[in-house]
Amino acid sequence: MKALIIDDSRAMRSILRRIVTALDFETEEAGHGQEALDKLRDGELPDVCLVDWNMPVMDGYTFITEVRSNPDWRGMTLMMVTTESEQRQIVRALAAGAHEYVIKPFTPDAIAEKLEMLGLVGGAA
Amino acid sequence: MTAAPDTYESVSALVRRETAMVYDAGKEYLVEARLRPLATAAGCSTVDEYVRRLPLDAEERRKAMDALTINETSWFRDHAPYQVFTDVLLPRLLEAKAAQRHLRIWSAAASSGQEAYSVAMLLDQHLPAGWTHEIVATDVSTAMLDRVRAARYSAVEVNRGLPATALVRYFERAGNEWEVVPHLREKVTVRHLNLAAPYVGLGHFDLILLRNVLIYFDQDTKHDILRRMRAMVEPHGYLMLGSSETTLDLPSDLAAAWRREQEGRVQVHRPTTGA
Repeated sequence: MKALIIDDSRAMRSILRRIVTALDFETEEAGHGQEALDKLRDGELPDVCLVDWNMPVMDGYTFITEVRSNPDWRGMTLMMVTTESEQRQIVRALAAGAHEYVIKPFTPDAIAEKLEMLGLVGGAA
Repeated sequence: MTAAPDTYESVSALVRRETAMVYDAGKEYLVEARLRPLATAAGCSTVDEYVRRLPLDAEERRKAMDALTINETSWFRDHAPYQVFTDVLLPRLLEAKAAQRHLRIWSAAASSGQEAYSVAMLLDQHLPAGWTHEIVATDVSTAMLDRVRAARYSAVEVNRGLPATALVRYFERAGNEWEVVPHLREKVTVRHLNLAAPYVGLGHFDLILLRNVLIYFDQDTKHDILRRMRAMVEPHGYLMLGSSETTLDLPSDLAAAWRREQEGRVQVHRPTTGA
């Protein structure tokens, strides 16, 4: 499994990298939505993108809208990981095509459980 | 710094006496972590000093019990049991209760309420129109029961296993927290109950969730609880234990009282007829 971590905070990328690496994911990182789109166009598609909302250049919401407008990327799972916790924003992100939503702050278990719910991590035997 | 060994022993004895739960050796760090904030609040400089005070102070003892008996929990914990509930058990219960059109479910170690409200969410989605239901949430910790009643959860808590679609559908923002919507809250009745003490006035249940709590009791208490649970479940009803809890080592009377059924990865228990 491969995860693309999209967050403008290097510290947050590193936290998420450690969590998903422990779940046997390979990781790639991008500092904003545009950089992430460029990576998707150039390389091998990840199974999941972990997407921050508020980022420079291109925010996470726009990124999700862009991804969902490209049928080639339909199989990719999108999970918002953000401090944005207004209910209507969560509804907006889900409507735009995000599969799941994690509000910062989170525990490592929360990420693991959501990835398991999305069928990307094997459940406990 | 961890609590002194005799402190740990007296805490274990106290927890056992008040709740029949067993604190195995090796959980010293847990006692320290959970009692430290209370010790500080009570003006004690060490956890040892605080524990020495407990036999003399009923109010402080209640707070310590609350702190020592909490469990971390997530929504739809372990997933598979909830899947089995909606896909397998619920259709059968709907058939068995077609005349009454009412279901009663017991979350027997409710902790902070995630299990009770997870079931409430599923019933909201899957119960046919015209049916009613009641979920009884019991716990030994009064602090936990207050939390179930308040039905408010932090962002950290709502992240744990709760699908985002359920978050926006069944919760409302309340400041920095999330509050379960009233129409789910009103389905959940909260009662204080020590599982090792008699079960009085609870009625009978179509489903009893006794998950991840028996591990805290010694063997005799565990068997006693399972014996008394038998009288609490309807003849067509079910008992669900935690996914890591086995009943293979049951004494013969209990093995005859409960029939174990495997539903995929999940084990459910049904009362045998005539036991």
